[in-house]
Amino acid sequence: MPYVAPSTIDEACDFLRSNPGSRVFAGATDILPQSKAGRRLPEFLVDLKRIPRLTGLNVDDKLWRIGASTPAAHLTRDSRLSGEFPGLVEAAGLIGSDQIQTRASLGGNLCNASPAADTGPSLVVNEFSAVIASPEGERTVPVTAITTGPGQTSLTNDEFIVEFLADRPAAGTSDAYQRFTPRTEMDIAVVGAGARVSVGPTGEVTNADLVLGAVAPTTVPIVGISDALVGRSLDEPGLERAADLAKEQIEPISDKRGTRDFRIHIAGVLTKRVLRTAAERAGAES
Amino acid sequence: MKTHVTCSVNGDPVEFLVDDSQTLLSALRDELKLTGVKEGCGTGDCGACSVLLNGELTCSCLVFAPEVQNSQVVTVEGLADPDNLHPLQAAFLEGAALQCGICTPGFLVAAKALLDRNPTPNEKEVRYAIAGNLCRCTGYDKIVRSILDVAADLASESETVGE
Amino acid sequence: MTSTSFKHIGQRSIRPDGLDKVTGKARFGADYYLPGMLVGVVVRSPHPHATIKSIDTTAARAISGVKAVITAQDFPEISHEEAMSGESVVDFRDLSHNVMARDKVLYIGHPVAAIAATSQQAADAAAQALQVVYEIHPHVLNVDEAMASDAPILHSDLDPDGGEPTNIAKRHVFNRGDTKQGFARADVVIEREFTTKQVHQGYIEPHAVVADTGEDGRSVVWCSSQGHFLVRDQTAKVLGWERSRLKVIPAEIGGGFGGKTTIYLEPLAVLLSAKSGRPVKMVMSRDEVFMATGPGPGSRVRVKIGATSDGKITAAEVWMAFDAGAFKGSPVGAACQTVLAPYEIHDVSITGLDVVINTPKVAAYRAPGAPIGAFAAESVLDEIAEALSMDPIDLRYQNAVEEGSESTYGPTFKLIGFKETLEAIKEHPHYKATLGPNQGRGVACGFWFNAGLGSSATVSIHEDGTASVLTGSPDIGGSRASMALMAAEVLGIDETRIRPSIVDTDSIGFTDVTGGSRVTFATGMAVIEACGEIVEDLRGRAAMIWGAEPDDVEWQSGQAQHSDGSKPPLSLAEIAGSAAKTGGPIAATASLTARGVGPAFSTQVCDVEVDPDTGLVDILRYTTAQDAGRAIHPSYVEGQMQGGVVQGIGWALNEEYVYDDSGRMENPMFLDYRMPVASDLPMIDTVIVEVPNPGHPYGVRGVGEVGIVPPLAAIANAINGATDVRLRDLPMSPPRVVDALSSELNGATGTPAG
Repeated sequence: MPYVAPSTIDEACDFLRSNPGSRVFAGATDILPQSKAGRRLPEFLVDLKRIPRLTGLNVDDKLWRIGASTPAAHLTRDSRLSGEFPGLVEAAGLIGSDQIQTRASLGGNLCNASPAADTGPSLVVNEFSAVIASPEGERTVPVTAITTGPGQTSLTNDEFIVEFLADRPAAGTSDAYQRFTPRTEMDIAVVGAGARVSVGPTGEVTNADLVLGAVAPTTVPIVGISDALVGRSLDEPGLERAADLAKEQIEPISDKRGTRDFRIHIAGVLTKRVLRTAAERAGAES
Repeated sequence: MKTHVTCSVNGDPVEFLVDDSQTLLSALRDELKLTGVKEGCGTGDCGACSVLLNGELTCSCLVFAPEVQNSQVVTVEGLADPDNLHPLQAAFLEGAALQCGICTPGFLVAAKALLDRNPTPNEKEVRYAIAGNLCRCTGYDKIVRSILDVAADLASESETVGE
Repeated sequence: MTSTSFKHIGQRSIRPDGLDKVTGKARFGADYYLPGMLVGVVVRSPHPHATIKSIDTTAARAISGVKAVITAQDFPEISHEEAMSGESVVDFRDLSHNVMARDKVLYIGHPVAAIAATSQQAADAAAQALQVVYEIHPHVLNVDEAMASDAPILHSDLDPDGGEPTNIAKRHVFNRGDTKQGFARADVVIEREFTTKQVHQGYIEPHAVVADTGEDGRSVVWCSSQGHFLVRDQTAKVLGWERSRLKVIPAEIGGGFGGKTTIYLEPLAVLLSAKSGRPVKMVMSRDEVFMATGPGPGSRVRVKIGATSDGKITAAEVWMAFDAGAFKGSPVGAACQTVLAPYEIHDVSITGLDVVINTPKVAAYRAPGAPIGAFAAESVLDEIAEALSMDPIDLRYQNAVEEGSESTYGPTFKLIGFKETLEAIKEHPHYKATLGPNQGRGVACGFWFNAGLGSSATVSIHEDGTASVLTGSPDIGGSRASMALMAAEVLGIDETRIRPSIVDTDSIGFTDVTGGSRVTFATGMAVIEACGEIVEDLRGRAAMIWGAEPDDVEWQSGQAQHSDGSKPPLSLAEIAGSAAKTGGPIAATASLTARGVGPAFSTQVCDVEVDPDTGLVDILRYTTAQDAGRAIHPSYVEGQMQGGVVQGIGWALNEEYVYDDSGRMENPMFLDYRMPVASDLPMIDTVIVEVPNPGHPYGVRGVGEVGIVPPLAAIANAINGATDVRLRDLPMSPPRVVDALSSELNGATGTPAG
């Protein structure tokens, strides 16, 4: 399984088109353990880290651009990103250990397509889009269009994510990510929850979104959260309503990391906690 | 077909031949015989294989060996200079921070990465910074204390320098 | 004797092997590379219970680079023979069948063949190509399934009651007095049932071995183990070789906790090397370690204890069923002996069942069996204290064994320090600190026998006044430092002038395993004895130099001193420098079976905070008090105490083998087998209690094991303190805690003890 490290997007696309048995990777933090667990390595290993555009963070007046192969550690060390997307940065800071975070990337976390991926809910709730390179050129899709099921994405073998884009959050908007694991670190989310909340000048909620992970084959945006919370200050009845909505809309499985019932219960708990945190960050009265 | 890799390990130029699917851990141990780097799990869950790759703390079991072409790798063997132990190594000895010692190389590298970035961590920061390293002997108590001891020394040194 | 009378003992010296271990130079099991070395792999059963119909090695042997393939037919058939091997009993036939399956495979991971090849790829390809035909049988994965009336039977020759074969390999029964009368005297009787899951020792270093068989048929083996003599003897037995055909060289060992007191890879590597004529290296992957090496047992336990209203225990009944894995030999016997050992109880009835199931054969794990018993007994005691509105330490103190107490397992205790550990915790600021909402405090106690067994030491004094101390006890936790300190104390020279080494099976007398908390006690005793002989020799030589009688010479501070002060003292170095003129080389050897073992007790207190929404248990504060007899190197005594506690915390909260219906372990990796990480824990405060063991020259008791005994119950009791809910099933993981908190059925009485 020869290793190749293209230095441009075009070079990578050309190689992928002519070598269908290839697999792209960034941090290798999933592909190597998977090969240990018996999954065959691909015919060609295509390392995307040497393509300059895929690594780095950029922000202008309107837009954030995050290279798809940028190590999570670069996200957690960026104080501007932490200020504007604290939830996404929290999620990036929960991907494994410090050792893992120097390698693992948003692109890899999303394309490995684990239902429990920590950054999935935050990318979705913050309405990130992904720029996809393919031999036909680049296109931009919402991140929700990428993962289609456990280990499955909509990308073809000759495509890869170049970067993630999102509008800079308006004043009075913030996000949060929380997950539940039995250990404090080195664990896989039993449930993950990303929330984004906007508040008005008097501290009332003007918009709220919630996306849950590890409760279905792909991330689940919960419908009706805004309706439950908008127009009121953050109170227990509203949060209870949000938790009920979350519990109704998920279809978790039972596995070694948690039973279905436990996941549903935890989803309710995290819904309240993560919405409260996001709202407080946005300026709501707690 | 093997790949020829040239890189720097502990400041020395090295080259080796590897299968492309071989890990950096395997290259260090099996090709270069730098056996201070340990394999506890092979899946990035124990930290015994920790190295600094271009200054960044990394599990060498999660790096393909060909990736390190032209890179700089530091292992536990590269922490001490010829005349002196690294302060962390001295503190681990002084503080009895090891029992069996198999996890020690990984902890030392992880602790160095922490102090390089944050010379004055508190206990919680130390505990989270080494959470990727498993130790089954010590309960971590003396490891955490030893790292905090070095941090305290660094802090007092920098005060002295500042004066 | 107070510790102030020692010059070296009690110092926190730098361990002699430390420098190599912080610089990466120390060589562990997988760190040996020999010229021409082959890679060895094990082919393992994918079925938990099956008959091997056939094995075809033709395709495997045909793969380029494959140099040897071995299967059951390469091993001699040996008959059942039980012997003490280290701390525990081993049946060599079972051992042989565990390292290589014969007619039947009994767990997923059971070896069916081993292959040596010139590369990992070739070995792996051969493993794939090996053809094994199985006839699959139903399997059992816990004691309940194994004891069911229609359970599939693993072995045709297990029938302790003399009837049809069963999966119950052995029934341990201990009755004393009349428990019926005892319970009749009680004002409160509490009976509860508990379950625990299999857990792994979790050493970070996977099993590893290199074997090199020479043209003369002798084999040299490098491996990490808790006892290279055990490796030699067991490997020889399994291969049908004479012991002297094997030389085992101890590598540094990366953790054992009991799990490296048996053999797995060693006979395979030796045989592959003998067949191929080349050195063979075998290293387990982490999932092999989980799926094929000793976990500790899972269990079901019932405990019934009665006490009077003023807190005197009147009687106790215990019933325990432990799984042994695929072959008999769980530590249920030790659990029966330890479960009530801290307390004076005359009327007791204890039954223990050793049950085989289709999982890897269990191996020793730190104070084998004792934590499970203590989890149950110390939880019930806590309920009794609650029912009587007594302080839990006062209840235990009132019933605590002391010098002269007859133990529940028979012997009468000599001087012990149990009550002192209870006092230490009761007086500790931790015990009086205030608790916040959702927080609770629990205490629990533990007992462990400790072991003596056989040890050897050779001490040589060199011409320049330095010394070598050779032993056969692998150093897992700093024991070289203890050896140097004790030798320094006897010889009167600085410990930095003493080099302790752990040498191979051809270079020192037989030595039992590093286990049973015995090395500082027993191997230390051999070192002290050998050093004592050296001192006698040195006195004689000084007398010769002075033309005096040996009785006129005293040995003080590393010097010979004439009793009347008429001669200037002669230092050890001076005497050693002229050794050639006074009788030649100075060396002494001691080999002994250590008597006078002092048992260990521990009392621990733990504060937890329980998140009532998620069931997450946070360990806020932990303090452990333990009787060390005499702490030779206090830092490493503390280290043993802390490490034992944290293994207990993992066992209590999150560690468990999870099997799917097909008998496959679902979590054979550190990501999902959740051992504690640093951020899960607080500092572990230690109080070393020193009640000297009268059976040891310096008062040493073993310290390695007892620390893991109390935490399971201490944490359960603390959770009860925080939530008013008692958890009796391990692990007390978040789903279990949430279930217990939401269950109204809590507090139901268990079924009567059987």
